[in-house]
Amino acid sequence: MSDHTHHHDDEHDPVYFQYEQIDQQQETYVLGMWSFLVTEVLFFGALFMLYIIYRWKFQDDFYLVHEQLNWKLGGLNTAVLLFSSFMVAAAVHYAQKKRKTQQLICLGITLLCAFMFMMVKTKEYGDKWSHHLIPNKAFSYGEHHGGGGELGGQGEHAAVLPNGGKITLASGATNMGGEGASHDEFQYHPGNGTIAPQPREKPAFLKFLDGVFAPLDMPEKEQHGSPEHARLFLSLYFLMTGLHGVHVLVGIIVISALMILTIKKAPTITDYIPTEMVGLYWHFVDLVWIFLYPLFYLIPK
Amino acid sequence: MSSTVVETTPKVEPQVEKNYLNADHTIKSWLLTTDHKRIAVLYLISVTVMFFFGSVAAALIRYELTAPRGLLLSSEAFNKTFSAHGVFMVFFFLVLAIPATLGNFLVPIQIGARDLAFPRLNLLSWYLYTIAAVLVLISMFMGGVDAGWTFYTPLSSTYSNTQITLCLVGIFISGFSSIATGVNFVATIHKMRAPGMTWFKLPLMIWSTYATSVIVLLGTPVVAITLFLVVVERAFGFGIFSPELGGDPVLFQHLFWFYSHPAVYIMILPAMGIISELITCFSRREIFGYKFVAFSSMAIAGIGFLVWGHHMFISSQSVYQGIIFSLISFIVAVPSAVKVFNWSLTLMKGSVHFSTPMIYALGFLGLFVIGGLTGLYLASVDTDVHLTGTYFIVAHFHYVMVGGTIMAFLGGIHFWWPKMFGRMYSEFWGKLSAIIVFVGFNFTFFPQFILGYLGMPRRYHLYYFAPEWQVYHIMSTLGSSILGIGFVLPAIYLTHSLVKGRKAEANPWDARGLEWEYTSSPPITENFAKTPVFRGKVYDYDAVADAAKYEGEIEPVIEGKGRTNV
Ligand SMILES: [Cu+2]
Repeated sequence: MSDHTHHHDDEHDPVYFQYEQIDQQQETYVLGMWSFLVTEVLFFGALFMLYIIYRWKFQDDFYLVHEQLNWKLGGLNTAVLLFSSFMVAAAVHYAQKKRKTQQLICLGITLLCAFMFMMVKTKEYGDKWSHHLIPNKAFSYGEHHGGGGELGGQGEHAAVLPNGGKITLASGATNMGGEGASHDEFQYHPGNGTIAPQPREKPAFLKFLDGVFAPLDMPEKEQHGSPEHARLFLSLYFLMTGLHGVHVLVGIIVISALMILTIKKAPTITDYIPTEMVGLYWHFVDLVWIFLYPLFYLIPK
Repeated sequence: MSSTVVETTPKVEPQVEKNYLNADHTIKSWLLTTDHKRIAVLYLISVTVMFFFGSVAAALIRYELTAPRGLLLSSEAFNKTFSAHGVFMVFFFLVLAIPATLGNFLVPIQIGARDLAFPRLNLLSWYLYTIAAVLVLISMFMGGVDAGWTFYTPLSSTYSNTQITLCLVGIFISGFSSIATGVNFVATIHKMRAPGMTWFKLPLMIWSTYATSVIVLLGTPVVAITLFLVVVERAFGFGIFSPELGGDPVLFQHLFWFYSHPAVYIMILPAMGIISELITCFSRREIFGYKFVAFSSMAIAGIGFLVWGHHMFISSQSVYQGIIFSLISFIVAVPSAVKVFNWSLTLMKGSVHFSTPMIYALGFLGLFVIGGLTGLYLASVDTDVHLTGTYFIVAHFHYVMVGGTIMAFLGGIHFWWPKMFGRMYSEFWGKLSAIIVFVGFNFTFFPQFILGYLGMPRRYHLYYFAPEWQVYHIMSTLGSSILGIGFVLPAIYLTHSLVKGRKAEANPWDARGLEWEYTSSPPITENFAKTPVFRGKVYDYDAVADAAKYEGEIEPVIEGKGRTNV
């Protein structure tokens, strides 16, 4: 955030000492906010890039695992955020018209929407937690079908890593295809991650190609999906929605601060610029979710 | 001076009692300052400390390499040493040394503003930097990191058993320090220029800083989130880059170099800005092709984002990608060459004065040309296949980073030192150490081109399989000792000048620009007694010569230095 709460010692002078006039100051603040939002776009942009590449590679698996997400709750949150974006726009409008009561009401509704969004998000995260879908050491995708835990009956080699972790390699498999490794920080065996209790009869070189090329037409995968790719999808889901959630939390803090300062008639809030900047930020947060919702919750078959 | 460049009440205030340094003496007044000049000084101290740590690591590396089987370090310790050297020098010195110190000091003054647009954000950026630096230092003293400054996955995310998490958190935080400064500079340069200071009257230092800030805004968030992903993968087992978790480690390289190639320009563009200032001043001549130099900065900022793949010619990239990245890498060399030609042509018809800053600037020209031209070997795919991962690369980027950025940084510090601290240093020691740096630098890094061509791999500390390389390593280490002296000397005589140095006039170099002609040395807290109105033209050095020619008289502008205007 730019330092929009910056103020000069002289309470009656809303123009800070480095500026010549109020117009210049207002334009500079808005420009600073836009520059900051550019960095935010690139911050999320890197994650979207990763998402695009992995989805392009693992379209089928992503489709299968995306059914674990609750599109109704996601849709509710989309509606909530869209409405809040409308409310914050109205708050900016009233701030420009200097109608303080209406401005505060709109900001208050925005704040309530933000809280509601976070509550729904907490419920969703909680569901994932209880289903072991957080991609940490307790991760287990399709855990009730653990028939293939013996790595398809193949031999197994273990290598101890310098960090005390262990890599286990199924013989005949190549570890480049995401085959059979385990890290000390999570217990994950690819063999028990399949919904259908099929052994891995697919030749190792084909598994290797899975990770390199666009989705191949492999009918048996459409039944369950690869647990590695499920982990990938859920990792991206938690990272991107988590980062977005952090932005919502920051928004809650910023909107609350703006409301308090407006009520207290603080000298820094004499014009509409702080509200405009908070509005820009909140529109950005909304916009990110507008992309996140279809990408994660609404993957077409 | 005949032509009035600026319109003001006092041209040079006679004996200014109050300035930004003596405005307040308490520690608190420094640690809570929002004055861009004081923050520049804080940054100068911080980056010098980090440069010291980086240099100690470099010295250890050079000492270790004097014998084919090493002298001092185990393999693990050597890995940690070169990693520490890279992390300190790249993330905590090079990417911000010039913008955060000279940029912070000069941007408001050169455009005629009283401060940056967001002074508190500026202070916040220094605190973020300091917190980040402390975290990284802790990670280094708790055992260090061994993945190099590039932190390639899956080594960094899965296999390494070192303090990578803490170190990456530190680098992540330092990214926000850079972003804060970048936002500040962009807003300031757009909106805070004095009346009459139009875009094409801006000093080229400002153009460079602006281009740098654009790169910072577009690149830094990407590397920040990328390194954060490695942290998440290490700490929680999220799968993004590790192949065991379904990820693709090469994607890390793409994202990393998407920032880290443009980061080269974050390091070199401000240096180019300084060189433009120095060359014009000490050639007593307007810069040749102002707009070409200005726009080439913007061209570098733009094209620089399209060449990252030249770091990955052997990283499973397709042949076609390689060809395209190679082509664009050749194209990005053009704007840099434009600058070099413009500087050379400025020198050609100028009347060159070999003051200390100018010696650094001329050193920069020579070293940067070698650094840039050897880059072409690495930009073309087939020679790169032979040279990649060898000391040729090490030599190449040190020619650009040390020969370019650090030469310019030292030149700039010597040029603006009288303005920043109001004291003159000893010209003798200044010139001597500039020459020592130049000689020591070439001794250190030129042999590394040969070593790399012969096949010495970077990041190795053993070369018993090719003991004939030892002679080059010993040359390099001797050179680095000379270079070290060249770095220690300025630290001594510049510090000494703060106490014993002769008081500097407002414009000791008879230079042009608001900072020289319109502020005292050191400037007052508000920079200008009255908002300047800029009516002259930028780099108006011909005016002096013209005055002499037509009025038949030469007024000595610099008293006591024996150097007069042309
Ligand atoms: Cu590069």
